[in-house]
Amino acid sequence: MIADALAGGFADPAIDAAHAFRAVMDAMARPGTIRPVAGAEPPAPLSPAAGAVLLTLCDTDTPLHLAGSLDDADVRAWIAFHIGAPIVGSDTCTFACGSWADLVPLSRYSTGTPEYPDRSATLIVEVPELTNDGAVLMGPGIRDRAHLSLPEKDAFRANARAYPLGLDFIFTSGTRIAALPRSTEVL
Amino acid sequence: MSGCMRQEPDGARADYNFAYLDEQTKRMIRRAILKGLAIPGYQVPFASREMPMPYGWGTGGVQVSAAVMVPEDRFKVIDQGADDTTNAVSIRAFFERTAGVATTTRTREASVIQTRHRIPEEPLREGQILVYQVPIPEPLRFLEPRESETRKLHALEDYGLMHVKLYEDIARHGHIATAYDYPVRVEARYVMDPSPIPKFDTPKLADCPAIQLFGAGREQRIHALPPYTRVVPLDFEDHPFEASKPDHPCGLCGATDSYLDEVIVDDAGGRIFVCSDTDHCEARRDSGHVGEDTA
Repeated sequence: MIADALAGGFADPAIDAAHAFRAVMDAMARPGTIRPVAGAEPPAPLSPAAGAVLLTLCDTDTPLHLAGSLDDADVRAWIAFHIGAPIVGSDTCTFACGSWADLVPLSRYSTGTPEYPDRSATLIVEVPELTNDGAVLMGPGIRDRAHLSLPEKDAFRANARAYPLGLDFIFTSGTRIAALPRSTEVL
Repeated sequence: MSGCMRQEPDGARADYNFAYLDEQTKRMIRRAILKGLAIPGYQVPFASREMPMPYGWGTGGVQVSAAVMVPEDRFKVIDQGADDTTNAVSIRAFFERTAGVATTTRTREASVIQTRHRIPEEPLREGQILVYQVPIPEPLRFLEPRESETRKLHALEDYGLMHVKLYEDIARHGHIATAYDYPVRVEARYVMDPSPIPKFDTPKLADCPAIQLFGAGREQRIHALPPYTRVVPLDFEDHPFEASKPDHPCGLCGATDSYLDEVIVDDAGGRIFVCSDTDHCEARRDSGHVGEDTA
């Protein structure tokens, strides 16, 4: 177990994180676009994409919530070694990671304050697949309309209605990511 | 410039981390950028670092550029439109040394463009990132000095002060006299300071295919505009916003549609107007356009 925890981080941390961040930023700036991310090999059930996002964005400053089956000894050990994020409950986390079923209800997470809406959680949602069909998206970052397979629609509509408060989502599947910021309207 | 330096195989200096900043700092800035993109026009606080250049030299822009840069990028820096001023040359050299990225002066070839107070004349495209150096990110700062109060005004969406300021312009001058740093409303929510770009550039903020990131180092704020964001200059029905520029053609390339700088050329009051965007002007002259003041 120890050997597994020590392996699977970025081979070239500065460069790999730079590439992964460009993918995450592009996904967040253009909701609905699906981007590959590479470089991380975390222990199952954490996907390589979610591992890369955690390595790129999380550290000792970001309390992390592991939801449901992701809260597992191997995953915790890998995160402790490579990332160092404190593992916390859903109400105080700045990042949460898990399957959609394990992450809901969304009312458990901080959506920021009117003065500081950025002090809100980012949810890394592990999904079985990511495709450009399903929900229709409109809003900043989208020229006309975009399509993305979302686990459901109502929760994201409610999230967008609270704008500028709200949660931001990064969807991960295998080695691919997409994102849905709170500013996106889900039709 | 970089030819005389001992270089690592990838072009970067081994005694710095890639793009100068340490990884924890980059993660902090990257998180701020993502929140900025998720809430367009909202100013995200970040823990701005001391950089090897003074505040006012674009430390905010430099930190944002360092956080988004990848080794494959082609980097361009402009200062008031020019690639060849001290500020632009030194920031370009900084990233050549610390990140080993290729640089260019051509807008078309650049993937990341750091800018002080201009938006390039050539329309930006998808895949490009425009990083602004921002001195004062708070549009209401000169109307309300207390940060605690301006935060509240943004939270309450109370932008009456700004409309009063523009109205006073009209009462005093007969028109809105704000010629640069023109306040804009983003997605019908946040009033944003676009950094001191001339009013002429304000319409280019809207529906831009590129990602626009704004970094204010001294003020420790980052804000952002995702591509295709609705950005509307504040105005009045009877005094609509008007993008203005000096009413002259460029003296060197003859362009009539570019933003111009007025340049004093002798001691007798002689002056010419030339494109502020040096790359745009050079490209036009290379393709045979000639202005009236070409010697």
